[in-house]
Amino acid sequence: MSAAASATAAVRAEANPPFLSMSGISKRYDATQALRDVAFSAESGVVHALVGENGAGKSTLVKIITGAVQADTGQILVNGAPMGIESPLAAQRLGIRVVHQHVSLVPHLSVSENIHLGAMPTRIGGLWIDWRAAHERAERALEAIGFSGIDVRLPVSSLSLGQRKIVEITKACVVRPRILIMDEPSAALSFDERGRLFDLIRQLKSDATSIIYISHDLDEVLEIADRVTVLRDGMIIGTMPAATTDKRQIVEMMVGRVVNDIFPDRHARPGRQEEVLSLKGLSCGARFDDVSFTVAKGEIVGLYGLIGSGRTEVARCIFGADQPTSGEIQLKGRVVRPRSPRDALRAGIAMLTEDRTRDGLVLFLSTCDNISLANFDRTSRYGLIQRRRQRAMVTEKVAELGIRPKNIDQPVRSLSGGNQQKVALAKWLLARVDVLILDEPTWGVDIAAKQDIYEVIRRVAAEGMAILLISSELPEVIGMSDRILVMRRGRLVGEVPRRDATERNLVALAAGSMG
Amino acid sequence: MVSTTQKWWPTRSELRLSWLDLGLIVALVVLVIAGTWFAESFLTQRNFSNLLRQIVANGLVSLGMLIVILTGGIDLSVGSIVALGGVLFAGLTDQIGIGPAILVAMAAGAAVGIVNGTAIARFKLQPFIVTLATMGIVRGIVFIYTETPIVPAHAGFRDLGSSVVGLVSVGMIIMLACYALGWIFLNRTPAGRATVAVGGNEEAVRLAGINVNRTIVLAYTLCGVLSALSGAILVSRLGIAQPSLGVAYELDAIAACVIGGAVLGGGGGGVIGTFLGVLTLGLINNLLNLMGVKSFYQEIVKGSLILLAVLIASRRKR
Repeated sequence: MSAAASATAAVRAEANPPFLSMSGISKRYDATQALRDVAFSAESGVVHALVGENGAGKSTLVKIITGAVQADTGQILVNGAPMGIESPLAAQRLGIRVVHQHVSLVPHLSVSENIHLGAMPTRIGGLWIDWRAAHERAERALEAIGFSGIDVRLPVSSLSLGQRKIVEITKACVVRPRILIMDEPSAALSFDERGRLFDLIRQLKSDATSIIYISHDLDEVLEIADRVTVLRDGMIIGTMPAATTDKRQIVEMMVGRVVNDIFPDRHARPGRQEEVLSLKGLSCGARFDDVSFTVAKGEIVGLYGLIGSGRTEVARCIFGADQPTSGEIQLKGRVVRPRSPRDALRAGIAMLTEDRTRDGLVLFLSTCDNISLANFDRTSRYGLIQRRRQRAMVTEKVAELGIRPKNIDQPVRSLSGGNQQKVALAKWLLARVDVLILDEPTWGVDIAAKQDIYEVIRRVAAEGMAILLISSELPEVIGMSDRILVMRRGRLVGEVPRRDATERNLVALAAGSMG
Repeated sequence: MVSTTQKWWPTRSELRLSWLDLGLIVALVVLVIAGTWFAESFLTQRNFSNLLRQIVANGLVSLGMLIVILTGGIDLSVGSIVALGGVLFAGLTDQIGIGPAILVAMAAGAAVGIVNGTAIARFKLQPFIVTLATMGIVRGIVFIYTETPIVPAHAGFRDLGSSVVGLVSVGMIIMLACYALGWIFLNRTPAGRATVAVGGNEEAVRLAGINVNRTIVLAYTLCGVLSALSGAILVSRLGIAQPSLGVAYELDAIAACVIGGAVLGGGGGGVIGTFLGVLTLGLINNLLNLMGVKSFYQEIVKGSLILLAVLIASRRKR
């Protein structure tokens, strides 16, 4: 840590006076302390990279700088004067612009309308849109940042993901920004486009723009950034000049935490078991490519990767929510092609989705209804629900998972996050499937519920279920899995047996800093 | 802790009325007292018998509308389906008899519902637009079928809407039976639970391995069948089937559902609330008629009531 601290001091000494400087910034969301006493600055003509694991606090910091949320405590200085950034509009007036990780364009409007959104060139005192001028200006703006060749008359919805990203970047640069924040800007870009993006960044830099660059890709960070700040658990771990650091040091700073021992003891698994799920060269367009692996009976296989690495997309294909473009899925040696979640479920594959409130639960319905939803074939006869059977089954699962409250008629909206997640899980446990895919099974769940969920996962695995565990939480992946698969940019880049898995080597694989 | 008896009928907890239901019951009591006070012919057996006959048409349409609203949709074509069911029933009774004529009418309603549901579920079109289109198409078909009112000669034609068993008409008994079946459908069958769940979170239902498209098509089909049945009972009561029957019925049906606590866009509402909504709306109409209030004032009262109901529902949510 002392090395990092002295590095920070060195940076401070050489830097220009910062355009934006923040100190003592803290932010709490309900039970989570998202940021703790953070100091951060953005100097003119400097590319400042922000790195950290998912949930380290990067996006919260960006939201504070862009006025989307307010810090609980702390001070923000702009050009040396204290300033409150109370809204996104206020941030824009200060010249703070963002290229969001997820494209935020209006799909059915044209490229030029999106670039000029809210400031279309007009005639006759704002009564008439000057389309010719709008298109010309949009074309010029694209050229100025080095990306011509997009038809500005086309609706954004007809563009590729990479092209949309370029439009988004153009939009942010059309009024010369003082600070440009780029959140994973290269994720959807081709190699060539990425080169031009870096040219643009260098050009902006020479125009004294301050750039805050967020990326999971450490190669890229070291290539383009002047300085690197590492966030972990809402705290700044260190800031150092990019020239004097390397990937190893950054990864160490990103993960440097002890693995909590909240994982249940594992029983030695009996020798080689039959393969239940097997993927052979599964690909899905640009989302992921040539993914092959197997999961055996009773095995828990972890799937780790940074956001955008394609792990959720693989799971969705297995579960029939999306269709693969090539490759095959085998279940117990038989090829299956699930066209819908319904098909997958019939074949014996279930998936606990990442976001329970978005696509896992019907919030206004009761615990009983939600758990029954995937299990009507077992609880009904002649098209009528057998109430006694249904309630007995649900009640048993509620007791087994320790769901509170025990009253199964309560709407799940009124349950805590942990209990909601248990309800979503109970739905699939009741369905008696062969393969259970868990996508971030303990996201937003408190420690006690986490432990309960871990125990249940272990138990159903011991009973013979094949489990694919997707998680961004390293301790969870390492603590729960028999083997860990790592994905990066849509490809499987490694398989690590449990005994060799460390946070450091997994992050290194996922961020591409190995080999 | 868990009731161990297996029941088709509601358990005590399922019959527990919501605050909105209780509010409606209070409103109904107030309306009855006010009616007794202001209109001397109100509290007569004759008037009540009339009232119970009158609400049947809107009652059946509202039940269908409720099922559609629960999925997060809306059906504007119900008024035209009422007319379709009415003229088919009246036109065919003399040739094929009452029973078969009703079945044909209901089958026609089902056909429109299947078209609506398929366009919405399979082709992902907006319910409002799809049913606005079929509203026009079906009305046109009705006028092609007959431009002049039909008055069947069949002796039993008027029984359905007019003949009385005790205090209630045959139509009322049919309506009550449909409400009971509707309750069982929505609370006791997988298809019904799926219907309610789709309006809350369609993606979660799809990922639970349920056929969402089929669920939506079924909802519009049931709505079509109930609307056609409503039309048949209505013409039986009136003794005449006009092609302009049922115009603007969709508005009264939506009103009854909303007053009864249904949430447009899905996520709330039930058979009991809708029943109370139908009753309230019917009672207000009846009362204002007896008091000789002009129909445009009635519209103002109804409109205000809808606003009030929505306002109460939105307050309660917070």
